[in-house]
Amino acid sequence: MNIIKNRYTYFLISLLIIIPGIVFMVLNVTKSQSMFPLGIDFTGGSLLEVQFEGTRPSSDIIRIAFLKFAPEADPIIQPLGDDSYAIRSRTIEDATKGEVVAELGAVSGSTVNVLAFTSVSASVGSEVTRAAGFAILMAAAAILAYIWYAFRGVEHSFRYGTAAIIAMLHDVLVVLGVEAILGYFLGWEADALFLTALLTVIGFSVHDTIVVFDRIRENSHVYRRISYETLVNHSTIQTLDRSINTQLTVMFTLLALALFGGDSIRHFVIILLVGIFSGTYSSIFNASPILVVWENQEWKNWFKRNSANA
Amino acid sequence: MNRRNTNWLILIVILLAFSLWIDLSKEISLTNPFNQTLLFSRNVETHLGLDLRGGLQTLLEADLPESSTIASGELEITRQILESRANGLGVSEVVMQTAGDRRIVAEFPGVSNPEEVVAALQQTGLLEFVDFGNNPLPAGTVVQTDYAEDTSTPEATPTTAATTDPNQPAATPDPNQAPATTYHTVMTGSDLKEAFVSTGPTGQPAVSFTLSTDGAVIFRDYTTSHSGQYLGIVLDKTVISAPQVDEPITDGSGIIQGSFTVDEANQLAVQLRYGSLPVPVKVVESRTVGATLGEESVRRSVMAGAIGLGVVIIFMLLYYRLPGLIADLALICYALFTLAIYKFGIPGLFPYVTLTLPGIAGFILSVGMAVDANILIFERLKEELRGGKNLRQAIDLGWSRAWPSIRDSNTSTLITCLILYIFGNTFGASMVKGFSITLALGVGVSLFTAIIVTRTFLHTVLDNIKLADHPRWFGL
Repeated sequence: MNIIKNRYTYFLISLLIIIPGIVFMVLNVTKSQSMFPLGIDFTGGSLLEVQFEGTRPSSDIIRIAFLKFAPEADPIIQPLGDDSYAIRSRTIEDATKGEVVAELGAVSGSTVNVLAFTSVSASVGSEVTRAAGFAILMAAAAILAYIWYAFRGVEHSFRYGTAAIIAMLHDVLVVLGVEAILGYFLGWEADALFLTALLTVIGFSVHDTIVVFDRIRENSHVYRRISYETLVNHSTIQTLDRSINTQLTVMFTLLALALFGGDSIRHFVIILLVGIFSGTYSSIFNASPILVVWENQEWKNWFKRNSANA
Repeated sequence: MNRRNTNWLILIVILLAFSLWIDLSKEISLTNPFNQTLLFSRNVETHLGLDLRGGLQTLLEADLPESSTIASGELEITRQILESRANGLGVSEVVMQTAGDRRIVAEFPGVSNPEEVVAALQQTGLLEFVDFGNNPLPAGTVVQTDYAEDTSTPEATPTTAATTDPNQPAATPDPNQAPATTYHTVMTGSDLKEAFVSTGPTGQPAVSFTLSTDGAVIFRDYTTSHSGQYLGIVLDKTVISAPQVDEPITDGSGIIQGSFTVDEANQLAVQLRYGSLPVPVKVVESRTVGATLGEESVRRSVMAGAIGLGVVIIFMLLYYRLPGLIADLALICYALFTLAIYKFGIPGLFPYVTLTLPGIAGFILSVGMAVDANILIFERLKEELRGGKNLRQAIDLGWSRAWPSIRDSNTSTLITCLILYIFGNTFGASMVKGFSITLALGVGVSLFTAIIVTRTFLHTVLDNIKLADHPRWFGL
């Protein structure tokens, strides 16, 4: 089995996933000025989820009741299950929410339960967005520094850190792309939990890559005669069982969460599933091949005709 | 059986017994069998976050221009005043923490009237000096004053009503007596210039204060005509102190003496200085979760956790055979240890872990990671066995060779956890914070169970059964 030999095929597979994601990010930007629909954690706004114990009134009745107390709030009303509604709007205060809920009870004649209410001011939202970008950069920088340090004994230790970061960026792009596609078709919104999922994927992606690199580090002391390409391939194959089995166990737990864990975290778990799958893929099929590409300085041949690799 | 292994086994069994005790109890206590005195008692209830039990979380931000800097002490005092105000509402288990340098996170588990709580938090406190005549009302009494009529806002009403809550019977002496009379407000906190802790003539801690020019005049007239009577210091209509006027105070500075401890004197000085909040706050984020949604989430995530754990256990057993079985036992230890840490905390670091929905996801995810260390080791073990090493050598080599991978990969996860924690802390995003805490704890505990516990168990089995004849038990 030779993974490294087919490296350009695997790079191509990655691009086939990432490019559609980027296309949908662009489509989303033209539609709504952001790569994917952003939740109120980032944009600011309110989300009110109400449940009716009796008959659920029509959304028009909800709209009228809502606008009576918050005429400027621009509500979007979506049914939720068979007895509830989710009302998204501009930021409203707790007091306004109380009045709306009382009014809903009065017009529908049934008991109204507030399942959840979230209200975030626009200023906090934009600050969270800035901090989120900063958090991702910080994580990348800290991990690059750590790998550089951990592999300091190996020749070209900087390459390992960089390759791990490229594999990580691959996973980030896959996750952002999938979110963009899901957001485009299903209207999924990215919230604070999406950011948590993204950062976890970053951690895992590097976790997987390090296990493969660690094998290369170890083998480089043992086999001194064989070519770098063979060494990397051998190390990748040696860790393949482990990578797949770890991947499987994490997938099992995440699938259980996605299927049985309830609606509130399903989005979060699905993004984690996508990201962790991508993390395993990139650690095997991208990170190690990048080391070989770098060692051979193959980019010099990329644009020459009849080159050996392309 | 070698000695080191026996020691580890004893330690693991003790930890397991202790964890099980915590996991299965709501409170643990130990009595001395000889004289029945209580030696030790500790509440170990599971702490559920607001998303699981229902309640209100608000993020309060200093209502000052972005450019202005706020002294950290001022934000802390604001937090203290808000906390005592919230406790006055009769809401139990209020948690308030400063987040970053201009925000305060306030959590109110299980409240049914979030609108009122939010309104009460946003009002500014009112400090009054009230003429009590010859009536020394004790601290904690709720009074009516004539100053209220011109300034009271509708939001102030629930505060007054709720403070008479029977929750604190000790502090509220006779409910019939207090609200009946309306007392005269001599002046308000706006006439107070400064207040600080000093020492009285007898060497006892006391509180000194100075007044503004207008305040000095009012105070001189009042103390001259009311010598020997009681002057009530009232914050948000609740008496905090009622010193007696010993002699007329004419120069606009005075001293309040009483049987204070230093802390009490300090607290009174703070309340005098900052009767109204030192930093005005506004609500910038508010999250309410109904109790029904919370219960549903708990039920579902427990089920998801059980199924996930079950599938992993079966997979490990089928794929790795005997070591898999041992890893499964270690995994169960992992779950029991982690749950015990959630409930008992780590002494000196934190008293318990509040479980949130993403926190549970972090826990379940870390089950997958706990197995990863074992998988790394077992794959190594198999390689060494295939390479012709005998079993005992293979086990030792498997562990020592897998260690650098385990160390480096888990370090990168811990780095991510740290950054998530800082992010969550700054924005009061307790969900993000909860996830980072449980994932980091999971990484820590799993390193112990996957490395120490599994190896100890495996050695124990090897010492008692001849396994060299059964390579199939190792999945070879």
